[in-house]
Amino acid sequence: MTDAAHPGTPDHGYSLPPSYLGAGTTLRSWLLTTDHKRIGLLYLASITVFFLIGGIAAAVMRTELMTPTGDLVSADTYNRLFTLHGVIMVWFFLIPAVPTTLGNFILPMAIGARDVAFPRLNLLSWYLNIAGGTLALVALLLGGVDTGWTFYTPYSTLYSNSYVTLAAAGVFVAGFSSIATGLNFIVTVHTQRTKGMTWMRLPLFVWSIYATSIILVLATPALAIVLAMIVGERVFDLGLFDPTRGGDPILFQHIFWFYSHPAVYIMILPGMGVVTEVLTCFSRRKVFGYEAMVFAILGIAIFGFFVWGHHMFVSGQSTFASLIFSLLSFVIAVPSAIKVFNWSATLYGGHITFEASMLYALGFVGLFTMGGLTGLFLASVPVDVHVTDTYFIVAHFHYIMVGGMVSAFFAGLHFWWPKITGRMYSEGFARAAALLMFVGFNVTFFPQFILGFMGMPRRYWSYPPEFQILNLMSSFGAMILALAYALPFVYFALSLWRGRMAGDNPWRATGLEWATASPPPRENFAEPPVVDSAPYDYHPAHAEPTEREDARDREDQDDRPEDPR
Amino acid sequence: MSGAFWSRAGAHAESFDRLFAVLTGFSVLILLLVAGLIIGFSIRFRSGSKVTRHKVSRLVHREIEIGWIAATAIVALFFFWWTTSANLQQAGAPADAMEIHIEAKQWMWKASHPDGTRELSTLHVPAGRPVALYLNSQDVIHSFFVPAFRLKQDVVPGRTATMWFEADKPGTYPLLCAEYCGTGHSKMLGEIVVMEPGDFAAWLDSRPEGAGLIAAGRALFTSAGCSGCHAAGSAVHAPELAGLYGRQVPLADGRVVTADAAYIQDSILLPRRDIVAGYAPIMPDFADLLDEEEVAALVAYIRSLKGDTP
Ligand code: HEC
Ligand SMILES: [Cu+2]
Ligand SMILES: [Cu+2]
Repeated sequence: MTDAAHPGTPDHGYSLPPSYLGAGTTLRSWLLTTDHKRIGLLYLASITVFFLIGGIAAAVMRTELMTPTGDLVSADTYNRLFTLHGVIMVWFFLIPAVPTTLGNFILPMAIGARDVAFPRLNLLSWYLNIAGGTLALVALLLGGVDTGWTFYTPYSTLYSNSYVTLAAAGVFVAGFSSIATGLNFIVTVHTQRTKGMTWMRLPLFVWSIYATSIILVLATPALAIVLAMIVGERVFDLGLFDPTRGGDPILFQHIFWFYSHPAVYIMILPGMGVVTEVLTCFSRRKVFGYEAMVFAILGIAIFGFFVWGHHMFVSGQSTFASLIFSLLSFVIAVPSAIKVFNWSATLYGGHITFEASMLYALGFVGLFTMGGLTGLFLASVPVDVHVTDTYFIVAHFHYIMVGGMVSAFFAGLHFWWPKITGRMYSEGFARAAALLMFVGFNVTFFPQFILGFMGMPRRYWSYPPEFQILNLMSSFGAMILALAYALPFVYFALSLWRGRMAGDNPWRATGLEWATASPPPRENFAEPPVVDSAPYDYHPAHAEPTEREDARDREDQDDRPEDPR
Repeated sequence: MSGAFWSRAGAHAESFDRLFAVLTGFSVLILLLVAGLIIGFSIRFRSGSKVTRHKVSRLVHREIEIGWIAATAIVALFFFWWTTSANLQQAGAPADAMEIHIEAKQWMWKASHPDGTRELSTLHVPAGRPVALYLNSQDVIHSFFVPAFRLKQDVVPGRTATMWFEADKPGTYPLLCAEYCGTGHSKMLGEIVVMEPGDFAAWLDSRPEGAGLIAAGRALFTSAGCSGCHAAGSAVHAPELAGLYGRQVPLADGRVVTADAAYIQDSILLPRRDIVAGYAPIMPDFADLLDEEEVAALVAYIRSLKGDTP
């Protein structure tokens, strides 16, 4: 099927410049680009590579854990594997994933801008990210790092004989990439909004990236400082964390978690934004409670800075400090709960269809709810004491990070793929992958809650034989998950090669990014769009929502090719 | 060790299991609610279904929103209050607790009993009696984790961590290290053997080390130079140590602390941390001069000094 076979081939009534993809095909035109869309794709390529590396490490670990004795790799290798998995997945996949790919590509278009505020800084961010990633990978190739992604002192400073300094330097450099990206988005949202795009008309995806950027800019310096302290301790023997010389190992934990708890929200907030776009579009509804959603996003971003001590309930911190951190951790559950209920309520009275991105988004809501609820266990001091540092924690944060964030990333990737590439992919395959991912995920991680409750500590290379059955289940689930992650590579490749042309707005979504060609021209819009209504305008304010089919009939100036179904 | 991971012993475990069960029940309810809403709406309002879609009036909209914000806030605060009060009830070991020292190092646990009895990777305790643990680490952070007691405590080098438990049922319970500590982390295992009090006393008697430790401490007290300052007739102005154990000690910075084993140990290893009120901070730091066994002997000796002995 070719483009021309469709009766409704795009006819915009004005001549559009060539798409951003056509603006140059040389390697140089990509590596020196300042186009936010191309930079988004550069990031997409690099995080995919990092995701594969981190995923392979996870696969080897799950294979090792199929038997209670450590037989596949040595204990030292295993320790290097989980460190590699954590460092790569956290800093080189999860944190950049949505903001730098979908955020870079979509955010400027969603506010009607031609580009981000500082296009060259944007390119520099990518190079910093690659430089940091390369340092981390070199550390890995030379022999690895065995501290865990948390770099706890004094193990990391006085005892570890591995490439800690190099890896820490890599993460340090990547931190500057985070800060530059965050700064760029903040300024972009403040200064580049098109006419009529008021703050309360911003799509929630933009709000979520905006809030994330604020966290990136404020929290990442703390990470940079603590990593610099680690390097200083190892290289210059400063004694900052050495108790025999007046240092304090716990100091590290405070600074580290002051960054790393907000980092959880750096990872999950953008996902929440993506899911809101997808849920509204495929249920043809305005989002339920827009203002509450905005305040929930901002509330999470702010409160996220004051709960770090819940990672330290058993570190020996004072009972009073634990009490305060416990209270604040319960409080932060409220905005998250608001979001879950508002997403559910958005479906009410809709005309719901179940495209692959919708399946991912619905899966996100369920898995995020699981992750959030188990967070309540961890906010309770006496419960946390037993389950912290066990597989319960591992399960909890994978429900948020993989079940939540990775699902949201896939929801967004499927949602905007037609905009990015101009082509459709196979819905059937995509839905199958979404379901498989959901099943595989739960089979992998649910047993880990039980393991943790029973008392299996995390980061164990070998374990008492009682735990084997649940570990086997988990490893089996990981195989399903691996297959599910492989599928998109296949159908996305097919889509690039011979996918049906998507047209400007295949989902009939309302965001400004859909009001231009797919793939968009270099300058995004032929002329700057003007906004005169609130986001998610899927149905008139006081009327019932209408079905997508109806909408299609109403708007006869359709620029979308006929759906062959 | 078979089956022991499901077992539970002691008051902490009972209260933990209650909290855990209620939280689980609550989570299942919420999960069913959310799943019910999503699946219910997805089916009822699927594209093509002919059901009438009532508009939600702005007022109802508001009410629903305020309703569930208030509901979640109340539930969150309730859980905070409930779990925190459970936690505070168990904070602080009872006064009659038996004190045991735990020394963690890569990758083993060493325990020393009040009478000087020592054991490796195993800890014998009597049932039905509170036990307070004072934990130190010689190298990196470890975490003393006994799943059956539902208790865990990080052991951070440079400070003495405390925790307490009371095991009600005799039995053998696994002990694990829960904080990543290097190559042997997953092999840093041990056992807590809970015995009937009579059996425990018999076990203790059968161990030879006991009295020897105090004697070793007495000898060290002179040979390491402590007596030069602390002996009754010494010219240096230093506190009397007889009867110190268990007393309230006023410190120079205004705090008042109880002289437990951890305090005595810190006084020897980190003398500059807690200065006794009315004394100059002249006591030398013995951290580099004494090894761990010698410190344990000194602590045992000082503990054995009753108030009336000179
Ligand atoms: C140079 C004299 C000196 C020497 C030697 C010395 N101490 Fe002290 N010690 C002091 C002084 C002065 C204080 C009170 C000030 C302080 O708390 O540091 C003190 C405090 C203490 C305390 C706390 C007493 C209390 O009332 O709270 C203990 C326990 C102690 N020393 C044990 C020892 C031991 C054991 C040794 C030998 C290994 C030793 N000291 C060697 C001078 C000394
Ligand atoms: Cu946290
Ligand atoms: Cu350990």
